[in-house]
Order: sequence, then structure tokens, then C-alpha cells
Amino acid sequence: MDKYVEMIRIRFLMMLAYRTNYYTGILIYAINIAAYYFLWAAIYGDKPSMQGISLGQMTTYVAISWLSRAFYFNNIDREIAMEIRDGKVATELIRPYSYLGMKAVQGLGEGLFRLFFLSLPGLLVVSLFLPLQFPENAHTWLSFSLSLLLSFVIYSELNLLAGVVTFFTFRNEGLLRAKRFIIDLFSGLILPVSFYPDWAQRLMDYFPFQAISYIPSMIITESFQGADVRDGLIVQVAWCALLLLPIGLLWRMAKKRLVVQGG
Amino acid sequence: MNAIEVEELRKEFKVHKSRSGLVGAFRDLWTRRYMTVRAVDGISFTVKQGEMVGYIGENGAGKSTTIKMLTGILTPTSGRIIVNGMNPHKEREKFVRTIGVVFGQRSQLWWDIAVQESFRLLKKVYRVPDEQYARHMSEVIEMLEIGPLLDKPVRKLSLGQRMRCELAAALIHNPPLLFLDEPTIGLDVLVKLNIRQFLKQLNERYGTTILLTTHDMSDIEALCERVIMLDEGKIIYDGSLEQLKEKWGQGKRVAFTFAEGKDASILQELTAGLDVVWKKGEQSNVWVAHVPSGGVPEVVSRVAARYALQDIRIHEVSTEEIVRNIYEEGAVHG
Repeated sequence: MDKYVEMIRIRFLMMLAYRTNYYTGILIYAINIAAYYFLWAAIYGDKPSMQGISLGQMTTYVAISWLSRAFYFNNIDREIAMEIRDGKVATELIRPYSYLGMKAVQGLGEGLFRLFFLSLPGLLVVSLFLPLQFPENAHTWLSFSLSLLLSFVIYSELNLLAGVVTFFTFRNEGLLRAKRFIIDLFSGLILPVSFYPDWAQRLMDYFPFQAISYIPSMIITESFQGADVRDGLIVQVAWCALLLLPIGLLWRMAKKRLVVQGG
Repeated sequence: MNAIEVEELRKEFKVHKSRSGLVGAFRDLWTRRYMTVRAVDGISFTVKQGEMVGYIGENGAGKSTTIKMLTGILTPTSGRIIVNGMNPHKEREKFVRTIGVVFGQRSQLWWDIAVQESFRLLKKVYRVPDEQYARHMSEVIEMLEIGPLLDKPVRKLSLGQRMRCELAAALIHNPPLLFLDEPTIGLDVLVKLNIRQFLKQLNERYGTTILLTTHDMSDIEALCERVIMLDEGKIIYDGSLEQLKEKWGQGKRVAFTFAEGKDASILQELTAGLDVVWKKGEQSNVWVAHVPSGGVPEVVSRVAARYALQDIRIHEVSTEEIVRNIYEEGAVHG
């Protein structure tokens, strides 16, 4: 356990190593949230609500979505791809820990750092200018925290899956970029899933994407109530468990096929 | 107990062959041709505990692939490996606690953070108790003279400084077996000497078994009594360095600098019956005689009696030359 805590600490140190990155990070989150606010304000015009969501709720939805993204988002897929491409994976495999497990923990370290030191300050800045409505119900916050943690697990599992594919293809930047965009689009970050046409919504039930952003955001904006919250969490847990399967399988094949490039 | 036991070890890679030209590149999109490359081809050897073994071979001979199989990174195609009593890739996480590895060509330290932070993480990873760490590492840090470097980020270190830190990092858990893959590549003489000295002390004090690959024969000469030589995935020599020298490095080279240019045939005639081979030196008046052992005084006296000389130099045949000779012939006979 110690080593995982230590790895999170190291990740914090690495994020702090470059100060400019840190400050521009805060700025980027604030800009993203503000941009989507103005976009939605224009779309709403003088309509009081769309799809049962008011502009105030939508603004909160956008802000929370980006806040959540700061936590669940990580680059471990690209890191794995890079380590395989330049052969650094060799130095990871001589350590007494699970390679994929350690990568997930690094993602968690990065997520925690971004959540507390990038997006919360970013959110504070934004809330000075925009009317955000946060629930006062402690239960909602609790469900949201749990849901957000599950989002992180699902997102990281997808990233591990995409990363392990590199063991077979060696170069898959295109795949990784497509994956990232698909997740942003279908997870409900850019547009709430309830805005999609019915057939698309039904189709998306078969994919894990909405479990990443849509569910936690619906919970915190209190658009999900009672049984919906419970069902949402169950869907997330189910995806967490289900995705472990292909990862385990691919990883076992990958280890046999591993070629360490560059001497 | 043996530190390393290897039997009939093989590793094959499937490599995709690109066709040439633009048309070829398009055809590669649809069908790819593969060929199998045998990087390690049925090698067997054992290393006893406390031995220092040099593992040498040309680029692409299969040295690094072997090391990667011995450290559990790569899965062998076939064959048996037992290192420290375990099967490296089957029990990887337990096994790697008993080894240390240094890859000269890639860093294991975290690039952006201070060296001591990397050490701290590794200490936790290997679950080294505080007092053992303090006792062991203070020695290592002193011997490698890296005390002043510990609070600097790795990216600000010179290559020599970094390599000494890498070595210390590989020893945090004081492993009984150390793999070094070209640890002195690109280092200057002083750092090389420091590292060799350190490895010797480590071997004497803790009985650490060391398997070393290198291109620098002087590393091997300074450290290893035994060498294993590899060519095209096969072992072509396994034995003591002494024996290798005796068998292949017999005789000496004598370089004569004459007052004026000479002819090969005259010299050959002069040393007839002595089994001497003459080769032209770098200048027109320099000739080098390859003389079998014991024949040097006779050759020198014959030449000196006949011709005016400016200089005579006598060289031992270096290990490097021996190795080159062996590669040129392809295998070690008798």
C-alpha cells in the first residue's frame, strides 16, 4: 500500500515541477467552463428550459462535468504507448509491482492533483462570474463522490485497454485520439445524453461512455432522483467489473508478445 | 546453489518485412509479410553465486535479449531458465525483488524530480526497512560519491553522474544478483574506473553475483574472470578470460621503426624458420612482426644485427584483438 501512496506523492511532485503548466492549467479549465456557459446561454435564448433542464442547471452541469473530467481524465494510455514505443516498459517490468496497477495509481495521483489544485480553484474563479447552483443535500454529494470515483475507474480501465493494444500495434496515436474524442462526446461532457435522439440514447446504453460523465453530473444536478441514482451507480459498478475482463485477457497475451524496442 | 541456470534457451521474434517503394507501402496496407528472427538460439550456461561474468558479443548478437529474458521482461520461446531459484517471468513480482538491473541506455530514475525522491519511492517499492536502508545506502552513496547530487533533478545531471545514481538505485534493496547492460557506455575514464572499483567492492563485501554486458573489453578485463561470448544467438565461447588469452593471444607483436623503408620479402627471409608474420605499419618505415611466444629475443636480435633501427615496441595481444580474431573466424576451435 505504501508504495502506491508514495507513487501518488511522486506524481504530485512531477505535476509541480513545471509551474507554468500548473497556472495555465487553472486558466484552461476556467476558459472551458465559461465558453460552454456562453454557448448554452445563446442556445437557450429566452426559453426557460430544454429537455426539462433550466439554464441554471445546465450551467452547473457544464461546470461539474469539467470539474469531474479534471479528476477522471488521465493520459495513462498515451504513457503506456510511449513507454512501449521507446522501450521504457522494460524498466517498469523489473519492479515488484503490477505494471497496469501502478499506471492506474499514477492516473489517480494526477486526478487528485488536478481536482484539488486545478479545477477547484478554476471553479472558484468561475463561480464569481456565473450563477452556479449547488445542491445542499449531503446525500447528493455523497452519491456524487462515489459516482465520480467509479467514473475514474471506468475511464482508467478504458485507457489501460487502449494502452495495452499498443503492445500489439506499436503505433496507435490515431486510435488513442479517436478514443479520447469519442469519450468526450458520448460521455455527456459536451452534450447531456438526454439531448441525443432516442435511437442514439438506446445505442449508448450498450457502451460504458455515459457512465463516465453523464451519470455523476446528473446526480449532482439532482436531475436523477431516488431509484435513478441507485440504478446509475449500479450501471457504473457493472462496467467497472466488466471491463476488467478484456484487460486481464489482453495483458496476458501482451506479455508474451512483448518486444522491447531500441536495444 | 547456482545464481543462474539456463538450458536450451530460445527467443524468436516475428518481424514484419516492409516492401520497398510507394507501391510496396500500399500493398503492406493489405497483406504483410513476416519472417521469424531467432535472436537467441539454444544457449545453455550456469553462473555460480558470487561470480562476475562478462557477457560479450557484437551488436545484435542477442546479449540484451538474453538479459531481458533472465530478468523476466521477455518470455522465452522455449527453454528453461532458473534465476535465484525461480522462473523469472512466471513469478515476476516476487522474483524481481532479488535482482538489480542497470540498463546503460535508459534511465530508471524519474526525469523531472530529485534523485533522492526516486530513491525514496524505490525504498517503499522494495519495502526496505529504514535502518537497513540507512546503513547500506550511506555506504553505496559514499563509494559512488553521489552525496552532493541527491537533491538535483535527474535531467540536470551529466551522463556520468546519472549513471552512478542509476547504479545506486539498482542496489537499494541490496540484491544478491546484479545485471548490468552496458553500464559504462559513453562514460569517461575516471567515471569508468570509479564504477569498476565500486563493483569490485560490492562483489567482495556482499558476494553479489554480477552479469555484465559491455563493448568495452577493459571493463571485462578489470572485473571478470569468466566470459561468455555470443555470436548470432549462439554461445561460441564460455570459460575463463585467462584461457581465452592463452589460446588465442599467444605471442606478441613487435613494432620496428627502421631508419629507412623496407620490403616484406627481405624481412620474411631474415626471420625464416621462426614462424613470424610481418605486416606493414602505419608509416612506410614501420613493420610489425607477429611473433609466437618465446621468439621475441631471437627476432629482435636478428633484425637489430642487420638494420639500423629508430625504435622497438613490444605489445601483448589485447583482449579486444583476440575477440576480433574469434569473430572473424566465427567460432572457437579446440
